[in-house]
Amino acid sequence: MRADRFPYAMLALGFPLLLWGSYWGLFLAPGETYMGDVQRIMYVHVPTAWNAMLALTFAFACAVLFLLRGDPAWDARLEGALEVGVTLSGLLCLQGAIWAKPTWGVWWDWDPRLTTTAVMVFAFGGILALRQFVDDPVKRATWSAVAAVIAYVDVPIVYFSVKWWNSLHQTQSSPETVSRAFHWPLRINAVGMLFLMTGLISLRARLAALRRDEELAPPGPR
Amino acid sequence: MSPLRAALRKDLLLHWRTRAQVVAVYGFGASALLLFSFAVGPSAGVLREHAAGFLWLGLLLSSTLTLAESFHAEAEHRALEGLLLLPVSPRALYYAKALANALALAALGAGLVPVMVILYDAATPRIPALLGIILLGSAGLSAPGTLYAAMTSQARARQTLLPLLLFPLVVPVLLAAVKGTALLIHGDPMGQLRSWALLLVCFNVIHWSLCGLLFERVVED
Amino acid sequence: MTPDPWAIEASGLGRRYGRRWALADVSLAVRRGVRLMVTGRNGSGKSTLLRVLATAARADRGTARVAGYDIRAARDEVRRRVALLDHRSGLYDALSARENLHVSATFLGAEAARRVPGLLCTVGLAERADDPVSAYSAGMRKRLSLARALLQEAEVYLLDEPYGELDPPGFRLLDAALDDLKEKGATVLLASHLLERGRERCDEAIVLDEGRLAWSGPAADLREAGAPA
Repeated sequence: MRADRFPYAMLALGFPLLLWGSYWGLFLAPGETYMGDVQRIMYVHVPTAWNAMLALTFAFACAVLFLLRGDPAWDARLEGALEVGVTLSGLLCLQGAIWAKPTWGVWWDWDPRLTTTAVMVFAFGGILALRQFVDDPVKRATWSAVAAVIAYVDVPIVYFSVKWWNSLHQTQSSPETVSRAFHWPLRINAVGMLFLMTGLISLRARLAALRRDEELAPPGPR
Repeated sequence: MSPLRAALRKDLLLHWRTRAQVVAVYGFGASALLLFSFAVGPSAGVLREHAAGFLWLGLLLSSTLTLAESFHAEAEHRALEGLLLLPVSPRALYYAKALANALALAALGAGLVPVMVILYDAATPRIPALLGIILLGSAGLSAPGTLYAAMTSQARARQTLLPLLLFPLVVPVLLAAVKGTALLIHGDPMGQLRSWALLLVCFNVIHWSLCGLLFERVVED
Repeated sequence: MTPDPWAIEASGLGRRYGRRWALADVSLAVRRGVRLMVTGRNGSGKSTLLRVLATAARADRGTARVAGYDIRAARDEVRRRVALLDHRSGLYDALSARENLHVSATFLGAEAARRVPGLLCTVGLAERADDPVSAYSAGMRKRLSLARALLQEAEVYLLDEPYGELDPPGFRLLDAALDDLKEKGATVLLASHLLERGRERCDEAIVLDEGRLAWSGPAADLREAGAPA
């Protein structure tokens, strides 16, 4: 069945693209003038950033749709999108730290985008924690959707406040602000990651939906 | 009487009746400020430099107590449900509760200012401006805080869930309020206070409207 | 337009808590002015049924119309016409009895506020009306909850174990209130284990078992242990 194979098709497309783009970026692309090989992390960092934002935006859309329609399928997708989004955001912070240490000598440089991402990990991760502590499936879905909407709307505010807060101190750069010599490995990785992410969200949503079906089973006969 | 006024009357009456708890929360806040100074060391310069941060951290930690408590009375015997069944508009109940909480937090914040002055030698001649920042910051904590307090009062592990959900969201409030307070204490040569106050206003406008809209979904069964 | 003769019409009502369907499949029809006894063992779904009909709890399946309005589509209209006396008192411990009633009254209108002193007398709390509810015994709280329900002047009253915690004078008080409601033409659903009282004071009865309707009929035919005659 087509629908059944969809996530696996996505994963099958994504993995090779990611491998190809990473190989190209890590070994074949020319090194950056000032920073050398450290800058190559950008080939993973930028796609991760794009896809993390996409995942969380999709989560926001699922939340709004659930609140408007009440269809539990959107809650299942929300769960998948949240998990993948939080994971990618966490990876983003890790990548940022890995880049910052050799470049600036510190693990964390309070770059506004990365700091906002860290806040997002806590905000959206907190929603995943909330889901563990609510037994009623309808309440769990409604509350997660409400929290996801509020958290997402807050993201730009957090970004601006951190940016102003940080601007008084230093203007350190992050991998993206460095001039890029080669776009192609980056784009290939971004698309590869997009396929991977879609496949993972789809699989995760399916798992959540199966669990939901079990919970929502109608009363048995006498 | 409009539902909002009736609800506000109820919430202010509840706050007044449970004012003994306010003393306890104030004690908690003041002892937090004391502990911060122990953690940082007795250097007067360092303490003064970070006084604004300590004040707002103390207020933030105390806010979880106040916010959680505000729904304890509502959930204990299902009183809030009783009101919703009259019926009363959930929006009116939310705004009244959030307003009462904002005032309580502002009073708490204002009460902690003398503690800050004494422990950290951090005062400001611009008292009205400081009270304004405290009010804006308290309102910013109260808007999402009241909604999440309503939510977590019905869930398990409520003591951990409320700060876990609330703290990441109110990062802008913390940053803006700390910066604003620091500018008032140390001087504001470039006139930045206005920008930070504006950020607080924006945060408040967005969250007071959004949370008011969403509150009904949180309290309905 | 002739008024709807049915106070309650429910079909296939169900509500789940976790894995368990507290209410599985309940259908009933109650005419206006009828006093219906709802009985059954502990955990049979009596409280859940009352809460779902009052829109205090959502229905996970089935439909219902209460006082002529759909419990999902016209929830506020249902709430305006229904009063629920629940297990949990719905009271504020920090406030006095008078203040508790006034909190509700301010939302119901000026006329409701005028009824407060009379109601406090009716339920026998006039002397202790200004003591905080935290100092009240369970029986006194029940009386106050009853006053709160009566304050609403509803068309349908859903009373969950109203006799619980009351002393003999309290019983008489409740009986008088039920008679008064009968005169006003209100519909009453009374969930209780006290079969004797049910037979005396109610017109019809239903027995619930594991969330389903096990029996329904005239209240006079009720036997011990909730079994039909």
